[in-house]
Amino acid sequence: MNIHIANGRLVDPAHEIDRPADLFIADGKVAAIGTRPDGFAADTTIEASGLVVCPGLVDLAARLREPGFEYLATLDSEMEAAMAGGVTSLAIPPDTDPPLDEPGLVEMLCYRAKLLNKAHIYPVGALTERLEGKRLSEMAELVDAGCVAFSQANVPIDDPQVLFCALQYAATFGFRVWLQPITPRFAREGVAHDGEVASRLGLPGIPTAAETMALFTYIELARLTGASLHITRLSSAEGLELVRRARAEGLDITCDVSINHLHLCDMDIGYFDANCRLCPPLRSQRDRDALRAGLASGEVDALCSNHTPVDDDAKQIPFSEAEAGATGLELLLPLTLKWGHAHKLSLCDTLRRITIAPARIIGSKAGQLAAGARADVCIFDPAGETTVTRTQLRSQGKNTPFLGHNLPGRVCYTLVEGKVMFSPA
Amino acid sequence: MYNPQLNSHGELQHLLSLDGLPREILTAILDTAAPFTEVAEREVKKLPILRGKSIFNLFFENSTRTRTTFEIAAKRLSADVINLNISTSSTNKGETLLDTVDNLCAMQADMFVVRHASSGAPYLMAEHLRATGRDDIHVINAGDGRHAHPTQGLLDMYTIRHYKQDFTGLAVAIVGDVLHSRVARSQIAALTTLGVPEVRVIGPKTLMPTGLDKMGVRVFHDMREGLKDVDVVMMLRLQNERMAGPLLPSGQEFFKVWGLTAEKLALARPDAIVMHPGPMNRGVEIDSAVADGAQAVILPQVTFGIAVRMAVMSMLGRG
Repeated sequence: MNIHIANGRLVDPAHEIDRPADLFIADGKVAAIGTRPDGFAADTTIEASGLVVCPGLVDLAARLREPGFEYLATLDSEMEAAMAGGVTSLAIPPDTDPPLDEPGLVEMLCYRAKLLNKAHIYPVGALTERLEGKRLSEMAELVDAGCVAFSQANVPIDDPQVLFCALQYAATFGFRVWLQPITPRFAREGVAHDGEVASRLGLPGIPTAAETMALFTYIELARLTGASLHITRLSSAEGLELVRRARAEGLDITCDVSINHLHLCDMDIGYFDANCRLCPPLRSQRDRDALRAGLASGEVDALCSNHTPVDDDAKQIPFSEAEAGATGLELLLPLTLKWGHAHKLSLCDTLRRITIAPARIIGSKAGQLAAGARADVCIFDPAGETTVTRTQLRSQGKNTPFLGHNLPGRVCYTLVEGKVMFSPA
Repeated sequence: MYNPQLNSHGELQHLLSLDGLPREILTAILDTAAPFTEVAEREVKKLPILRGKSIFNLFFENSTRTRTTFEIAAKRLSADVINLNISTSSTNKGETLLDTVDNLCAMQADMFVVRHASSGAPYLMAEHLRATGRDDIHVINAGDGRHAHPTQGLLDMYTIRHYKQDFTGLAVAIVGDVLHSRVARSQIAALTTLGVPEVRVIGPKTLMPTGLDKMGVRVFHDMREGLKDVDVVMMLRLQNERMAGPLLPSGQEFFKVWGLTAEKLALARPDAIVMHPGPMNRGVEIDSAVADGAQAVILPQVTFGIAVRMAVMSMLGRG
């Protein structure tokens, strides 16, 4: 199957390319950029004039809810959402039920994903058995089964000695450990950022120190063990500053933020909007602005959707009882473009945060369009709009703080390994 | 800006919080309450204002005093009152708050009086009624989590106005566990909206919410300093479970430092009044000599509470 994507604006941040160029795809791979290869006969031509042709997007956190939470979402429904969002590579957090702590589970997940033949998945294995923070998981075996890193998802290890050993063990093999900075016992009842808004609304607070104290610990342990860390979902200016200093010191630490924290703050909770019940919590305007600037300067490596489908039963209840999470796969591109416009970044710089940057954190060759690379492609209309409505969303999760918003950019085609998996209806 | 408490004419649609209500509406409620205090002194303590209306008292948290005063207020306005003690009812069977609301709407409810342990629960109900086009049904918040207890705040304002006439020259101190207090939040919102120039909050740092100083109040930790020359002292209840633990070492120590005694009260103005939302912990936040003393207006607060609740219900039910 040969595909010719004609007359598009090709943007590939990995190679600093942003120019009008045709893309030629053969046998699931990029055959050539710009010049038609000798003897290339297209089976399909996609007319892309006025459209941007870029690498398929890479998302560092997409909960597909399998196994264990199939009533919330299935691989099927969420893969559809990924295709509609132009996202072709997904890192999967281990907080499934049971958690991804056994090679068999990971193999099954990879097998199910392969059968669907849509987005590529990159499972992040559980750092400890059942995520309980007591016994290490079989990391070497899990990597053989397909895991790309290890994490505790939103359930941090409480015992510093176990965390120390887990980092040592991971460092033995050079596996990167993804940690979300939360001090669980410092935020026990908390549901919102501990600030003026939560105080006014009478919502129990989660102090910024719950993030920074965890980061002090993680950074000190990284120093001691030499482990490579990826800090997930930074939420505060202070947290970002700690990561920045650790990197300046030469530690191998990367970090990401979520699309929600890039655009929203605690004021958006308004009158107890449960769609703004998120983990970590939305913090102050100052924090949000620091994260936006940090992502622009490169201090924050990548942006992720933190896709977490939650059903209405868990959202149509009082804020503090509501489950944390929001759907995100279909919003990743529009919200990245919105941020890029606001910061007057080039399209290349903007898209870097959701293509090559996250791909490097995963350790994957995804997120680029060189000749010979896997032909995962996102084609979008930069002048188009995405309207976020419950009926438009393909994800089974219909809850997001952005419901009703018109966002810039509209995905037109998504190709995975040279096959068109999403196209205009 | 959209305000879920007001209808499109700017009139009270629900009473959810005093934070965000304009001064005119607060004053209108207090003015409406005034004549209702006289109803209690009549031989026939009833007015026909809400005849034929059904008011559901939806208490997801236990309460005797607040529920009873709402019930008396509704009955004095001739409404039919149905009390639902939900902590022992359907939510234990897994029914959600909104399912309960839908069911009661199907029974032709006109008004809900709701108390809930989660902040914002009455907003969820109000939003659901709006989204389903039932604008003729009203919600009154009778206390939600740590967030708001607007009728308590209103009856406190009524009491202050009764004894002090004018808000604009007063110094008012709120003492105790502000962190967990929905009463304190409603008091602060009302006092600042009604133009009280000096609102002080007194207590240990462990019981002060973050950003309190940005709510238009002055924060004091030394009670003697904080009480100096105030016109009104509003004590808060300290819950038993908070007396000994990470927030406070003991009830005794709390009383020693922040309990209201005659000696500390002497630092306030000689005509200062002492208020408490009840139920009181004598010997923890307030000494009996003060609670039963000449400056205490704690029982009049309860009486005014009925008139204020009648005022709110009559304003909501006027359509």
